[in-house]
Amino acid sequence: MSKKSVKPLSFQDLILTLQRYWSENGCVILQPFDLEVGAGTLHPATVLKSLGPKPWNVAYVQPSRRPADGRYGENPNRLQHYYQFQVILKPNPKNMQDLYLGSLDAIGIDRDLHDIRFVEDDWENPTVGAWGLGWEVWCDGMEVSQYTYFQQVGGLDLDLVSGELTYGLERLAMYVQGVENVYDLKFNDDGVLYGDVFHQNEVQQSTYNFEHADTDRLLRWFEDSESECNYLLGLEKPLPLPAYEYALKASHLFNLLDARGVVSPTQRQEYIKRVRDLAKGCAEKYVEIDAQIASGAWR
Amino acid sequence: MAEFLFEIFCEEIPARMQKRAGEDLRKLLSEALGKAGLAVDASQHWSGPRRLGYMADIPLKSPDISDERKGPRVGAPEQALGGFMKAAGLTDISQAEIRDDKKGQFYVAKIEKPGRDSADIIRDIIPDLMNNFPWPKSMKTGGETFRWVRPLQSMICLLDGKVIPVEAGGVTAGNSTEGHRQHGRGPFTVSSFADYQKQLEGKGHVLLHMDSRTKKIADDARALCKKAGLELVEDEGLLAEVAGLAEWPVVILGDMDPSFLKLPGEVIRLSMREHQKYFAVRDPKTGQLAAKFIVVANQMAPDGGKAIAAGNSRVLSARLADAQFFQSEDAKKKLEDYYDKLGTVVFHKKLGSIKDKAQRLEALARELAPKVGADAEKAEMAARLAKCDLVTQTVIEFTKLEGQIGRLMFEKEGGDFDVALAIEEHYKPKGPSDDVPSSPVSVAVSLADKLDTLTGFWAIDEKPTGSKDPFGLRRAALGFVRIILDNKIRLDLSKELLKGRAVLEMENIADKETGRLADGVISGDEQATIHNLVGFIIDRLKVHLREQGVRHDLIDAVFALGEDDLVAIVNRVEALQDFLATDDGSNLLAGYKRAANILKAESKKGAIPDGAPNKGTQAEETALYEALGRAKAAIDAALEKEAYSKAMSALSALRKPIDKFFDEVTVNSDVSAERENRLRLLKEIRDTSGRIADFEAIEG
Repeated sequence: MSKKSVKPLSFQDLILTLQRYWSENGCVILQPFDLEVGAGTLHPATVLKSLGPKPWNVAYVQPSRRPADGRYGENPNRLQHYYQFQVILKPNPKNMQDLYLGSLDAIGIDRDLHDIRFVEDDWENPTVGAWGLGWEVWCDGMEVSQYTYFQQVGGLDLDLVSGELTYGLERLAMYVQGVENVYDLKFNDDGVLYGDVFHQNEVQQSTYNFEHADTDRLLRWFEDSESECNYLLGLEKPLPLPAYEYALKASHLFNLLDARGVVSPTQRQEYIKRVRDLAKGCAEKYVEIDAQIASGAWR
Repeated sequence: MAEFLFEIFCEEIPARMQKRAGEDLRKLLSEALGKAGLAVDASQHWSGPRRLGYMADIPLKSPDISDERKGPRVGAPEQALGGFMKAAGLTDISQAEIRDDKKGQFYVAKIEKPGRDSADIIRDIIPDLMNNFPWPKSMKTGGETFRWVRPLQSMICLLDGKVIPVEAGGVTAGNSTEGHRQHGRGPFTVSSFADYQKQLEGKGHVLLHMDSRTKKIADDARALCKKAGLELVEDEGLLAEVAGLAEWPVVILGDMDPSFLKLPGEVIRLSMREHQKYFAVRDPKTGQLAAKFIVVANQMAPDGGKAIAAGNSRVLSARLADAQFFQSEDAKKKLEDYYDKLGTVVFHKKLGSIKDKAQRLEALARELAPKVGADAEKAEMAARLAKCDLVTQTVIEFTKLEGQIGRLMFEKEGGDFDVALAIEEHYKPKGPSDDVPSSPVSVAVSLADKLDTLTGFWAIDEKPTGSKDPFGLRRAALGFVRIILDNKIRLDLSKELLKGRAVLEMENIADKETGRLADGVISGDEQATIHNLVGFIIDRLKVHLREQGVRHDLIDAVFALGEDDLVAIVNRVEALQDFLATDDGSNLLAGYKRAANILKAESKKGAIPDGAPNKGTQAEETALYEALGRAKAAIDAALEKEAYSKAMSALSALRKPIDKFFDEVTVNSDVSAERENRLRLLKEIRDTSGRIADFEAIEG
């Protein structure tokens, strides 16, 4: 039976509770990756670790950046920087749905009172050549998580299918706390609000993203990152881990260019393909080296 | 007979796949059982969010089969005997019976195939079924190679109450299943279908059959609305979808913030339906939407659904607040002010922007207007405005409202009614079951839009191939055909297509002042393209008419005459089909074929003589000659007036003279002048019939 919590969790307690829950269920708890990414999926702990035959269970918070979603701190639901809580269970255990529902209980969603539904939503991330089948999870009609069984990552078929859970933390917290505006979220139980922490960041970053990002420089950096990635992959002993970081940088730079409105629809497809080619290259080299390590051939 | 019960229990199956999957399960299992010799009786299936099931009465064993195989004669060579024994599975020829017939003695092998236990048959069938189930999309899980729509959890496989432990996808079938997650998870151990249904639909809180869930939702929703003095806005598609999202559907009436009622009803309904899967509710007195909605939950909550209703209401408010923001942003400009922005949206990289397309539509709609009885000014204006809403924020967010938002904006500005209607209707028909526009301005713009799309994609050689039709060209062509037929619009297809092509080539308008088009000069290559496109449209016409029971060979027969006015083709085809169904018609066709066959055979020997026939030497020959003369004149007169049935009956007057001619007259006369005249007469039969249709193309 689900527990009823007396007081709704603050934003930070929501994170702590999810971390505790998934730690108790066998996950490695990682800290966020230290580069700008568009989603928790892009963390190498998901993209690269989901490749190859080794089991891997992990959970972490990942700040996610979507420059085009910035609204100068004026929209109650949209942010250019927000948090995702990401769980990877590889291989997906048979009771994964129950584990997931248990996490909702843990954060105080009373499943007797609230209507939880798994609604078809097939996920894909073309910039890293990944796709899977799964659902949006709805709580009383609101999407609270994305739930996916990966089928391909980096354009490669998977040896072991990973189950991926992504919780949109702000949205979930707004639901749990019954708050209509993201900036009104209680960050902790001592009076600090989400707006106190992040409002100014949204204003300044939106201004930068939409008005000041220098497109010539961004384009140059994009191309430099692309070259660096390809260089690292082309080494006699390739270095897919640092190469992947440059693929991520390229991906974020493309997002900034897109937010500046200088990318036409055809160019858009081209950029996405360029980033995907980088990610695919990293995935292929990562798998090769992983296999060499496993067979003892790698030194 | 014994009861066979099979259930597949898995994680949530996409709602849109459940119905088909249930039907496939029943079809495939019944077929496989039948193929194995088991008579299947009283089969049924069920499908829902987490399970598919099948039940039938079958015998416990398949029947013994005894068969006989006839062998060689007694005393036949060693080799023949050896072959026979091998084929019949005998080890010694003495195992075969010897029988007598008129010619002597021969061997017969009796082959007995004992029946198999149904349990064994099921053990063979199920893994095959599970490994090859036709899901539109399936997935792997863990390290398995087995694919299912979502992870497979368990199976029940019972024959006569006993478990058949078949295996598939790492799961071994048993006799237990789970019920509703919140209300009766179980597990439930079951002994028969009746027991299964009783437990699941009782304690398990799972309505097994899609029909019963659909009915419960519809009944409860209507009743709940009625109690509140309101009326449900019925929606079959949504009903089917929500019946696939709940095992135990509970209908809840939620409140919507009434300030959102200022939004267009279309926007509210679409937000509810597409994003939230809610039914809209209206006030029966005013017919206007009420500030309520119906949501179908999957459980009975202890607070009577208050928290669920409140949660859903908040989500809807957030959606509608977005929509309201878009609407107020859009309303800052007039519809026409969005025209220039269409230049930023690519229609197709080789065919320019949407603005380019809109400019072509203006020219084409103006040109088409008089032919469809529309005012040319209005048609041109509607064409100019038709695409403008595509760059409004509302349509960017709610793509399905294209056209509708444009109409609403134009109405609000006090725009002309016909033009407003055409802005919405020019996309019609959106599919084979959608209505065809009938208001002349709508017809002009809709035809122009499809004409431009078709000629455009043909000009850049992006035709549909096989099942691939990424630009929806088949749909566009079918829509074009249906609009023309339903509105009885008389057009020369190739001529109109050439105009579309010409507009495309000039990129825009020949004469900017009048907006009128000059007939472009098209080179041979382009003629071939247009010819190919005409063929494509005629193919759509055939598909369309075939669905109405018209024979496709008759369409070919008429189209072969070079007619490309679709209305004329259909009229002529219908008259022809009626005619051929009569006695006269079928006999005439036979006479025609006979004449044509003789001509074909004779033409191999030498050229068929030119020139007109004369009365000839035999009475039947003269009679035919005279009848042909009368028929030709009557047919030409009738065709002139498009009186196709009249033309057919004029043709049918030839039946008797033709029959008599073939009965009494020898075509291949030894007298060469006679033979030549008779061949000329046959040619005359062929040519006269050919005015009505190419009878050569008609089957039978």
